[in-house]
Amino acid sequence: MGTNSFIMIFLASMFANNILLAKFLGMCSFIAISRNMKTAFGMGAAVTAVTVCTALLNYLVYSGVLMVGSRFFPETDLTFLSFLVFILVIAGFVQLLEMILERFLPALYFSFGIFLPLITVNCAILGVNLFMIEQGLKYSFWQTSAFALGSGGGYWLAICLMAGIRKKLEGADIPKPLRGVGIAVIITGLIAMAFMGFTGMAEG
Amino acid sequence: MNSSQSNESVASVLKAGIGANNPVLVLVLGICSALAVTGTITTTLVMGASLMIVTGLSCLMVSALRHTIPHTVRLMVQMMVISVFVILVNLYLQAYHYGVSKALGPYVGLIITNCIVLGRTEGFALRHGPWLSFMDGLANGAGYALVLLCISVIREFTGAGCLMGHRLMPDWFEPAMFMRTAPGAFITLGIVIWIIRGIAPAKEERAD
Repeated sequence: MGTNSFIMIFLASMFANNILLAKFLGMCSFIAISRNMKTAFGMGAAVTAVTVCTALLNYLVYSGVLMVGSRFFPETDLTFLSFLVFILVIAGFVQLLEMILERFLPALYFSFGIFLPLITVNCAILGVNLFMIEQGLKYSFWQTSAFALGSGGGYWLAICLMAGIRKKLEGADIPKPLRGVGIAVIITGLIAMAFMGFTGMAEG
Repeated sequence: MNSSQSNESVASVLKAGIGANNPVLVLVLGICSALAVTGTITTTLVMGASLMIVTGLSCLMVSALRHTIPHTVRLMVQMMVISVFVILVNLYLQAYHYGVSKALGPYVGLIITNCIVLGRTEGFALRHGPWLSFMDGLANGAGYALVLLCISVIREFTGAGCLMGHRLMPDWFEPAMFMRTAPGAFITLGIVIWIIRGIAPAKEERAD
């Protein structure tokens, strides 16, 4: 099985190159929302769903319009616009998703409710989109979906782990200046250290 | 922000951004990039300067447009303003400092989603004049850059025995590779927050 197969890309982006623990993206929401398991789980699910959908949309936009040799404008290089286009696609998609959920799946909408607007400024999602085009388009459409699913899943896994640990910490006697953010960041460091053990897997 | 907006002078805004309301240490915003770019001092300086410029100019622009932006789409407009300035900074880096631009990779683009920028345009520039907003943006950018510089000095010195690429430690010093990896960055930031809060305790933690 080559390193570019669906399952390998998925596992590598979820464990070895975890978007949060190895690439530092999505830390703001990670620290703020990992206080209890239920909200952490909801946020993880919402981030994963939005990451996969926007990465695929942006893949189509990038390969269809922006890059040199694209489908519709092969002669022009519009890649300098990618930041603007990507963030608009993400913001637009989140808005649309919110409206659709509110209309057709109100129960799901209320459980996601507060997280959806926050997601537009979640660096993990824009980060996945930008890593996707870092060296031109290195993945095919399916490989991109594996990458996005793995990255989103990695965020989901990490935020749930963190919520579990913080629950256990509630009774712990932590030095006062370290409470809250300080200890959260140090624990993240320890989790990241554990995840470094997966590094060899991605190359193998 | 406090409610007495009319008394806010440029000096008080500068002081709050760098010290009392430091975005990274006190409010814990924008730490994603604070960790990613602090491996070496050079990339940190470039990132800090880029963020200062983007925050300052975005605040200026949003503040100048604040009476014409419709309230309902203001987030979208702010994101567009910010991304335009980030694109300009990115193009400049690619043209004149290609090596650094390559080392920073997608993290320059991620300034768009840095909570500090949107936090300042949304929380300050929409209610204040252009000049004050510009200074507020610069001050918050500088506060961010200072903290990053501290972290990067610690990480580069212990992780490579160098400062700005110049080897300072004697030969027997074995660089601690750990400090250059992701966990090293997390733990350094945790300890810096610990020290700062130990010296100057935060006014109150949010009830959680």
